[in-house]
Formats: sequence, structure tokens, C-alpha cells
Amino acid sequence: MSTSHVLLGLLAGGPRHGYELKRSHDERLPQAKPLAFGQVYATLGRLERDGLVEQSGQDRDGGPDRTSYVITEAGRARLGEWLTEVEAPAPYVTSALFAKVVVSLLASGERTATDYLVAQRTAHITRLRELTAVKTDSAAAVGDVVAADYAIAHLDADLRWLQTTLLRLADLNEEMNP
Amino acid sequence: MNTLLQGTALHRAYGPTPALRGVDIEVTEGEIVAITGPSGCGKSTLLHCLAGIMRVDSGSVRYRDQDIGLWSESARSKLRRTEFGVLFQFGQLVPELTAGENVALPLLLGGAKRREARKTAEEWLDRFGVAELADKLPGAMSGGQQQRCAVARAMVTEPRALFADEPTGALDVLTGEQVLGEIVRVARERGMAVVLVTHEAQIAAYADREISLRDGALDPTGLGLRTHA
Repeated sequence: MSTSHVLLGLLAGGPRHGYELKRSHDERLPQAKPLAFGQVYATLGRLERDGLVEQSGQDRDGGPDRTSYVITEAGRARLGEWLTEVEAPAPYVTSALFAKVVVSLLASGERTATDYLVAQRTAHITRLRELTAVKTDSAAAVGDVVAADYAIAHLDADLRWLQTTLLRLADLNEEMNP
Repeated sequence: MNTLLQGTALHRAYGPTPALRGVDIEVTEGEIVAITGPSGCGKSTLLHCLAGIMRVDSGSVRYRDQDIGLWSESARSKLRRTEFGVLFQFGQLVPELTAGENVALPLLLGGAKRREARKTAEEWLDRFGVAELADKLPGAMSGGQQQRCAVARAMVTEPRALFADEPTGALDVLTGEQVLGEIVRVARERGMAVVLVTHEAQIAAYADREISLRDGALDPTGLGLRTHA
């Protein structure tokens, strides 16, 4: 899963400093590994180097030096691309799928999330069909069939998740954007 | 490829409850099409209408460019016996007949000689891995064995189209997979079209193409969404 895109998504709502980004990341994506501060600042550094975010101010407020960052136009464009890109349907992509739905709702809205879920479902079904064709080939080795079974079972779980997430999308949106 | 079956603006209701609300569907020769959707979406009704088992209230079902809705019941019955094969979730074998007799039945009804019919029936039982059951009654077989016999019976006339309504729904995963895999291989070999009704993505993945229904209408997203205007 791409931490830089998630940070861009969190910045889409307005300027934030590193500590706020870490807190917000861990709260919004509770299944993901909590972000280390070092990782937050390293990622922000890379995003700044690539012109996707820029510094917007310093908040001293008696505590440690806190630099706020704001997303740039280029950053919004990159985020928009990521939100509409389907993930390669590998056996384990669920956390990326989940992150994309959450960031969609935060940064863009229900429509983007819906379009993404529909496109992702199509990609998953295409892959499911390819793997099933491997199994129905009468020349298939049992090893190939067993490997295909594994991937098929995981893709099928993703598909069920895509379907139910779509049904819960309006509620999730309300919870995240009250 | 040529169009084998074409349903246009199909409507069908059960009393006041609409089951199909203007469905368009086309199946080409040799194509495997899955019809998917949640319970009550109209997928079984669509299969029954396409197979000529049920009449539509309005719209037309054309088989090789002929409107079968205009045909007499006996002409439709002959079509089902010769050009179509039908398979349901539970085999629906005739309980008083042995597996061999069940499978031979469609051939005998079509006027085949008894010995010929019996021989062909045994070949199909063998293809589906149940040759040794030829002399057994359905009551003495497991559900999976009965379903394999039912598939053999649906295939024995080498139909142009097989209509299968949740054909593996009552089978364990491996048996279901073997049955479905064999149906697909036979269909590919002989250029037989298959219309496969299922609510499971894993089963639909055996098809070349998926058509989703929701509330009796086509659902292009497969997720029960109205498409964006």
C-alpha cells in the first residue's frame, strides 16, 4: 500500500503537520501498521522534492518546531490518478483496496469511491476468469490447479468485500464526513 | 460468430409481481454466458424463458432467428428435446428408471433405437465418470452421482445450447468443479452454447461473459448500481 498517496489524501482536506498526519493515518486506517514519525517525515520530504506538497507554515506555539504541509495542484492530480487506478488483482490487495476507498471518501467523494469499486470489480472478475481457465484446461498439472485455487479463493473474498463495501458506502461516507 | 439465441425486451410477471422488466440478451453459438445476481433478481425466470420452458408476457425469444413464442407447444417441446439441454440444481432423474435408462430417455423420445440409445447413454455416463452406475436406480446414488447422470442426460442429444440453473449448487466444491469443468470442456469441443445461472462469482468465472440482473433488469455494473446518468 502506498503511504505517500494516503498522506496526499489526508492533505487534500487542508494543511497539516507531520504529527497530525500520523495520528489521522492511524485513526482512519486502523488495520494498517501504525506509521512511524520517521516514515512520515521521510515521505513528506520525498513528496516535497517531487513538487506534490509544499511547506505552508511553522507552528511554534511553545512546543517543538512543527512544519505544516499543503498539497499542490500536481499533488491533487497525482492523487486523482491513484484513486481511479485499479490495483493489480493479486491474492492480497485488500488493504490497498480499503485504503483507496477511505482516501476517496476523504479527498474526493462517494462518486469516485463508487467508480473505483466498479472498476476494481471488473479487474478482479477478469483475473478470476483467467485463473478458472487455467483449471479447466485438461492439460493442467494438479500443482497449477492448487495454486489457482488459492488465488481464486482470495479474489473471491475480495469480490465479496467489494460488494458489501458498496452497500455500506453511503454510511461510511456519513461517518467520515459528518 | 452467429447469434444463437436472442431475447428482446423480455417481460414476465408472476401475478402482480414482475420478474423480468424488459431484458435484452444475446447468446452466440458456442458461447458460455453466466447470468448472475442475488436471489429473486429474475435470473432463473430468464433461463426458463430462453429455454422455451416458460412463455414471456411480452418481448420475443428468437432461436436461430425464429420467434419461438409463435410456435406451438409441441414444436417447442421438440426444440427442448433435440436442440436444448436443461439442467437444474437437483438432477430430477426419473426415480423408477436406472441411470442408463434416464440418460437414454431423450434419445428414445427422439426416435432412436433402444440399443443405439443405450450405447450412447453409456458413453456419456463414462465421460462424466459414472459409467459403473448405469444399472443403478437414482435412489441408490449419492447427490453428486445423480447430478453427474443428470448432466449426461442433458448432453446426450448433443444440444446446441445447454441451460443450467445453479447446476453445482447442491454439490460439494470438488465435485461441483469436476462437473462444471467437464461441461465447459464438452461445450468447447462441440461448440455448444451454455447459459449458466449462478449467484457465485467463482462459478460465473467459468463463463466467457457475465450478465448481471437486479430486480428483473440488466445491471451493467454487477454491483446493483444504477449507472451514472
